[in-house]
Amino acid sequence: MKARVTVTLKSGVLDPQGKAIEGALKSLGVSGVASVRQGKVFDIEIEGGDKAHAEAALKEAAEKLLANTVIENYRIEVL
Amino acid sequence: MKSAVVVFPGINRERDMARTLKLISGGEPVMVWHAETSLPAGTDLVVIPGGFSYGDYLRCGAIAARAPIMDAVRAHAGRGGLVLAVCNGFQIACEAGLLPGVLMRNAQLKFICRDIFLKVERSDTPFTRGYNAGQVIRVPTAHGEGNYVADADTIARLEGDGRVAFRYTAPDGSVDPQWNFNGSTNAIAGILSERGNVLGMMPHPENHVEASIGSTDGRGLFAGLSDHFRQAA
Repeated sequence: MKARVTVTLKSGVLDPQGKAIEGALKSLGVSGVASVRQGKVFDIEIEGGDKAHAEAALKEAAEKLLANTVIENYRIEVL
Repeated sequence: MKSAVVVFPGINRERDMARTLKLISGGEPVMVWHAETSLPAGTDLVVIPGGFSYGDYLRCGAIAARAPIMDAVRAHAGRGGLVLAVCNGFQIACEAGLLPGVLMRNAQLKFICRDIFLKVERSDTPFTRGYNAGQVIRVPTAHGEGNYVADADTIARLEGDGRVAFRYTAPDGSVDPQWNFNGSTNAIAGILSERGNVLGMMPHPENHVEASIGSTDGRGLFAGLSDHFRQAA
């Protein structure tokens, strides 16, 4: 089963990398860019076909390692 | 003082740390590999040194913080044992839940490797007893992600409980944004755990302990620790 965990910075947490990318996009002349926040995407292959189990495992993965919940939020999708 | 230095793949400051510990305390530290599950019996001080554990993959310190040895380090801290966490070690300690907050990218996005000035906020801890409160020391720093961030409640608690051990300042000890080179909240360079037995700091006091290097300002931290355990013995 394919799954995706997306980790993003919580709002209010300063994101200097996103800011630098935002600046670069603006200097490239890409029009209409208001702001950029950088995050991470994890594509994870889960064994077996039990969706509930997969969601529980992904939640555990996100809480224990993939996200630092002090500064980051995460979103789980079983595809 | 019996010290143990925890070694993770990608750590590169462990030998500087071991050399300093031996030089100042006289005792040879034990190097403990990350896959171990226990610390040597009678360990007084655990040191998590600097470097780039796991190549800073995922987040700085995130993978090392979940290594088998960290349960033993947490148990040591839980018993009130002392833990010194420097640079990547500080990042690991935060990720492992030994200290609050997180070290983010430096505000200017640059890796900064040079001498900086630290004000010692208090001298009544085992880590800082070798200094006077308010003393300014010059020590090297070398990191790209040392921008200390925590939520407002945590910062208020750290400040209110006197848990800020070191602050980035000008050479005269004044707090000035220009000298807070990585953008840390309140210019925080080092913090103590709630019980005061875990110190995390970004700069490298272990690299300024010999006159031939040009400064011995880092010596006080290790001499103080050594005295602390000599007195306890």
